[in-house]
Amino acid sequence: MSDNDILVEVRDLKVHFPIRRGVLFDRTVGHVKAVDGVDLSIPRGKTYGLVGESGCGKSTLGRALLQLNPPTSGEVKFDGVELTTLPAGKLRTMRRRMQMIFQDPMSSLDPRQNVESILTEGLQTHGIGANRDDRRRIIGETLDAVGLPRWALSRYPHEFSGGQRQRIGIARALVLGPELIVADEPVSALDVSIQAQVVNLLDELQDSLGLTYLVIAHDLAVVRHISDVVGVMYLGALVEEAPSDRLYTEPLHPYTRALMSAVPVPDPDVEDRRERILLAGDLPSPANPPSGCRFHTRCPWAQPTRCADERPELRSIGASRVACHWAEQIAAGELRPHEVTAKITRPEGEGEEPGVVSAPSEPGSYV
Amino acid sequence: MALLEVDDLSVTFARRGQRTVHAVDGVSFSVDAGEVVGLVGESGCGKSVTSLAIMGLLPKQPGLRVGGKAVFDGTDLLQLDDRSRRDIRGRDVAMIFQDPLSSLNPVIPIGLQVTEVLARHRGMRGEAATREAADLLDRVGIPDPRRRLKEYPHQLSGGMRQRALIAMAVACQPRLLIADEPTTALDVTIQAQILELLKDLVRDSGTALVMITHDLGVVAGMCETINVLYAGRVVETATRRPLFRQPRHPYTEGLLGSVPRLDAGRGERLNPIPGSVRDVLPWPDGCAFAPRCTRRVDACVGEPPELVLTHDARSYRCVNPVPVPGLTPEADTRATAPTTAEPGAVPAQAEPADPPAVPGFGPAPREEETP
Repeated sequence: MSDNDILVEVRDLKVHFPIRRGVLFDRTVGHVKAVDGVDLSIPRGKTYGLVGESGCGKSTLGRALLQLNPPTSGEVKFDGVELTTLPAGKLRTMRRRMQMIFQDPMSSLDPRQNVESILTEGLQTHGIGANRDDRRRIIGETLDAVGLPRWALSRYPHEFSGGQRQRIGIARALVLGPELIVADEPVSALDVSIQAQVVNLLDELQDSLGLTYLVIAHDLAVVRHISDVVGVMYLGALVEEAPSDRLYTEPLHPYTRALMSAVPVPDPDVEDRRERILLAGDLPSPANPPSGCRFHTRCPWAQPTRCADERPELRSIGASRVACHWAEQIAAGELRPHEVTAKITRPEGEGEEPGVVSAPSEPGSYV
Repeated sequence: MALLEVDDLSVTFARRGQRTVHAVDGVSFSVDAGEVVGLVGESGCGKSVTSLAIMGLLPKQPGLRVGGKAVFDGTDLLQLDDRSRRDIRGRDVAMIFQDPLSSLNPVIPIGLQVTEVLARHRGMRGEAATREAADLLDRVGIPDPRRRLKEYPHQLSGGMRQRALIAMAVACQPRLLIADEPTTALDVTIQAQILELLKDLVRDSGTALVMITHDLGVVAGMCETINVLYAGRVVETATRRPLFRQPRHPYTEGLLGSVPRLDAGRGERLNPIPGSVRDVLPWPDGCAFAPRCTRRVDACVGEPPELVLTHDARSYRCVNPVPVPGLTPEADTRATAPTTAEPGAVPAQAEPADPPAVPGFGPAPREEETP
């Protein structure tokens, strides 16, 4: 990774959502710390993969990066321009250069707009293309790039299959000629055989157009496949960041190890040989995260000192960055994992409310 | 005799003015006691409808036709009336659904939902039922079960809800458990917990498990026998290792090629199956997979491919299967089964292998399974 050509730079980004109670007096009783201090940088032309379980804040981070959710604090620099303080008009013009691909192509496309109208809207907003014919030409080229036939222009989203709809979503992002594309779970709503087509398409587009991607997904295999660098998030913070090959061969953070060992591999030999690190319990609520290291309540390597009271910083070990006090000792095998009993962590005060529960939206629940 | 013998099961939905949908089109498979069998396929291949038909849970609506047989321990589940089916369901055959939130009643506490099963099938009441329910929740790994019993489904996390559903399913120690995408709605670390739990339950109680899933990784770790479904038919049946090592049907091969693997490097191109699940040929006109198949030959179109049974206890429905090195297709073929099974015809399920009678070949490789 060269430092001289960083397209996106995020410094200490925080996104907190207020929890409100009461009808008459709308008071704030706490904050869900969806993203709580994230530093990352994405080099131009590379793919940064962001993984984590539901509720870890990865989608919020992606949206905050594009200023779709205003960050609570922190900096987001896009090509040297600070986005968080940019006036709305300027931000709008910047949006041409950074686009988003959404998870569910059915709900992110207007069912009453045909494909031509979906693709022209952005062009008109940003004043691209001199006239109608010019815009038609741009749209036609984009359709070719994503592998959709020209007759698609007059059709409506419901007339397409899931994979084709996702291609329309990609075309909508591409038509403006962006430099950065944030793809939030781009393939998780698709069938296995279609997933591969879309993954390959994203790969080809990156090769031909030099795009920079931030790919957010819960599927580690997909992320590893398309990313150069992978960041693992847990409860609103990065716990590890490493080149994708290294993350798999040498996971340093206990959470990454557990995550890697939990992903099923379609190979019986691998499945039989592997040792699963089973995590006890569920993700704690981001409204009331554990003290110290957020993972210490479920960590099989948690130590009596430091883990519970000192929040680990991301520090460099080799090519990785890892937020664990004991990463070296764990890697060297000096510390052994121990049993962890599942505990239910709840926000303070009364029991969990549906809106506050740690993981309201689960990946794959639409399948 | 297998515990569950599904023979030529078909489910069609007919609606006036619309094309009749053959959701399941002659599916046959069998499950032995204590065995884990997988049904794998993409959306729309009929895997869920198969399970619902076996359980008698398809909504009764005009135009629905269920044909074939599903013989469980000597009784054909499809011929039962509602009352006797209710006696079997929950006691001998139980089911776990994909989305735990929508399959639990949101306005009834967990405890009442678990004890309902106990009251219906085991006649337990009052404190005894509550104690048993708490025991069950404890067995599936829910901490503090006494308190959980009084809580409502929304107060539990996704993983806990799925555990509660599993507790309800195993309450009467069923002999057959059907799990329809039990972990699809869950995160990977929670998925690993649930799969481990299911494995333990199967090992400890000798329950047979039918795993319905689209995730080949889950299948690789769980199932002994795997049926791959496409467009309502079983296109390949094999035991675990042979299926993953040497897929014979081009669809199985395509599926395996299109899954990104965690242990593969960055930049390796995936080999997707072209087209989409919508591009199917109706089975009577030939192989449904032919429009997307890379190994298509002229013989694929015209009439449906016959089920080919091979010597190593597997079967596939393809006229031009993926070759196995060192084995000519003719030498390997043991028998073929006609596509439309007549009464008394060969069931479309490979029987245990006998050593091939062809000189020069040793006994067919058998999978050694460690329990």
